[in-house]
Amino acid sequence: MLEVTALRKSYGDIVAVDGVSLNAGKGETIGLLGPNGAGKTTTVSMIAGLVRPDSGTVLIDGRPLQGDTDPAKRAIGLVPQDIGLFDEISARENLHLFGALYGMDRANRRRAIDAALDLVGLAERAKDKVAGFSGGMMRRLNLAAALLHDPQLLLLDEPTVGVDPQSRNAIFDNLETLKKRGKTLLYTTHYMEEAERLCDRIVIIDHGKVIADDTLQGLQRLLPVANLLSVELEESKADGLRPEDVQAISGVQSVEILGGTLRIGIRDLAADSPGILRWLVERGYPFQHVVSERASLETVFLTLTGRSLRD
Amino acid sequence: MLNPFLALTRKDVKLFFGNRRALLVTIAAPIAIASFFGYLFGGGGSTEPSRIAVLAVDQDGSAISREIAAGLTADKNLEVKPSTLEPAREAVRKGKAVVAFVIPKGFGADAGRAFFNGGASKPEIALLYDPSHGAEMSMVQGILTGHVMEAVSKEMFNGQTGRSVVKDTLAQLDRFDMAPEQKKGLRGLLEGVQGWNAAQETGTGSAQEAPRVGLTLPYQVRSEAVTSGTGVKYNGYAHSFGGMGIQFILFLGIDIGIGLLMQRQTGVWKRLRAAPLSRGVLLGSRATSAAITSMFVLMVLFAFARVVFGVRIQGSVAGFLGVCAAFSLMTAAWGLLIAALGKTPEATRGLSIVTTLFMVMLAGAWVPTFVFPAWLQKLTVVIPARWAMDGLDAMTWRGLGFSAAALPIALLSGCALAFGALAVLRFRWDVDG
Repeated sequence: MLEVTALRKSYGDIVAVDGVSLNAGKGETIGLLGPNGAGKTTTVSMIAGLVRPDSGTVLIDGRPLQGDTDPAKRAIGLVPQDIGLFDEISARENLHLFGALYGMDRANRRRAIDAALDLVGLAERAKDKVAGFSGGMMRRLNLAAALLHDPQLLLLDEPTVGVDPQSRNAIFDNLETLKKRGKTLLYTTHYMEEAERLCDRIVIIDHGKVIADDTLQGLQRLLPVANLLSVELEESKADGLRPEDVQAISGVQSVEILGGTLRIGIRDLAADSPGILRWLVERGYPFQHVVSERASLETVFLTLTGRSLRD
Repeated sequence: MLNPFLALTRKDVKLFFGNRRALLVTIAAPIAIASFFGYLFGGGGSTEPSRIAVLAVDQDGSAISREIAAGLTADKNLEVKPSTLEPAREAVRKGKAVVAFVIPKGFGADAGRAFFNGGASKPEIALLYDPSHGAEMSMVQGILTGHVMEAVSKEMFNGQTGRSVVKDTLAQLDRFDMAPEQKKGLRGLLEGVQGWNAAQETGTGSAQEAPRVGLTLPYQVRSEAVTSGTGVKYNGYAHSFGGMGIQFILFLGIDIGIGLLMQRQTGVWKRLRAAPLSRGVLLGSRATSAAITSMFVLMVLFAFARVVFGVRIQGSVAGFLGVCAAFSLMTAAWGLLIAALGKTPEATRGLSIVTTLFMVMLAGAWVPTFVFPAWLQKLTVVIPARWAMDGLDAMTWRGLGFSAAALPIALLSGCALAFGALAVLRFRWDVDG
């Protein structure tokens, strides 16, 4: 459905996108993950035909977009990061306008608008001015506006920025529904949990370059540890406890002591954690709280780039 | 199927009318200012012009100086009050009087001598004036000249001062540095005046019952405002509503440009660019909606002026509509050009406002262009707003035919095409990132 090859775009001396390549098959959901300024939005803009690349190609269904009026643009639905709606008219009027831009007749528009409003849960607010909507409702309508012409490829540029958890969940439910309907989704985010929840494959981008492209499981295999065990010692005391002593315990891959908390990287939670906890008690380091977490995309990103996704 | 062009145009028009507060300001502000300017510049033609405040300082107290002051006091263009030198100077300095004239002691006798003998020293009348009212000072000077000539000549031919001046002049005539033939002529004139005065004294002259008169202006002035027809008064509101209409329509043009620059920074622009729309549709629909709203504002302004101030389209209605339409299109294209050349909304707004205000000022929208220096009047013909102003004046109070509107319409339309083409060429189509 989407083939992006060696896209490059620079603004003066700043290289925003540097040789990005990625593919998305029909019905596939690709996460484009990277920190702010990584080049995600520029990549999406080039795919949508909004920005002319310096070099590289974008193929939609096997052919490049040709000019502003290329009918192939109808295959793309863009959900921009900034709200792309007119505040002073109603939700329905906004959708009528955006439907008309894709040449839909009135009857088709009405059907599509009803369906889109139903999907995003705004049918009852259809006649209200967008200016009176909450941030989350605007985000949902922003999504609905991209669906009217029934595009096969949806480009979602950080569609949940600045929304409350409830609205975010609602948007996620909408996207999962679209995924089930066989739509191809390219989803940019810097929230790893969003990519983990939704995406079949994740492309990590940093400084304009793709640094990883794999499934979540494939990316996690890049990590030296599969789980992180956080052990909060009693009275938060780790006096005399040396990392190299803990490192010597069977199954321990990494050790970090942060105040009274031990962060221990292990490969197998079930096999390795009992021995570690027993060792601590026997050496006089009783603990009051233990939490285990699976190594996340955050960890993957940290491992690959040496910095946090939210830097 | 709803044409995307129409959909976008309709949306812009709907947004314009949907913002009631902005709409009210867009219409109410030019009406208020145009009403004010219209009143200042003659209004509906029925108001009396204000009289010029003048102070009379008579240090002479002679028959001539009293006659001069009385003549000026009776003039309908002046409001003359007596004063003394220092209070008069202070009043002019404070702007409470426009001019003060000072008739010095001995003026009557000196003026009489100078009247018959050009070689004699001439007395001075000092004019103290407010430098911000130069035009009024010139007017007062002209009126004063007429009254001085009348008062001095009247006294010379009829009054006591005149008799003694004539007698003295005759006695001294041989000492005048003058050609013999001229002396002979002057002697004859003075003796004739002496005879005239003697006849009046003895009551044998035919002028016994006639009032005392001196030299008077040998003509009367009949002024006629040349408007669209005989008896049709000039309506200052026609010009002011045209001028303010032009100014505020150009401001609408700025709004269009800034609006587009701001839209570029939002998701709306990305959504529009992602749709299969040509650049012509995107910018053309914006220009069309802007032209429609501009035309609407102009029509409302002139409708108000018609109902409240009696402004009529005395000339060609088609020409009037043509000028309004061409100017609206030109403004829309001007807005697109602002968007094409501007970098950011913030930086562009200030520059656009200054440019527009200059354009409006030089177009004669605030004050008529005839008050400009000649070189500036010639220079301003390159300003499109001037063509609109001239076209509206021609179709409203001047009452000219369509042919007088044809050139402004052609020039404004050409300008609209040029601005539009330049805007399309220079517009940055790529979104920012």
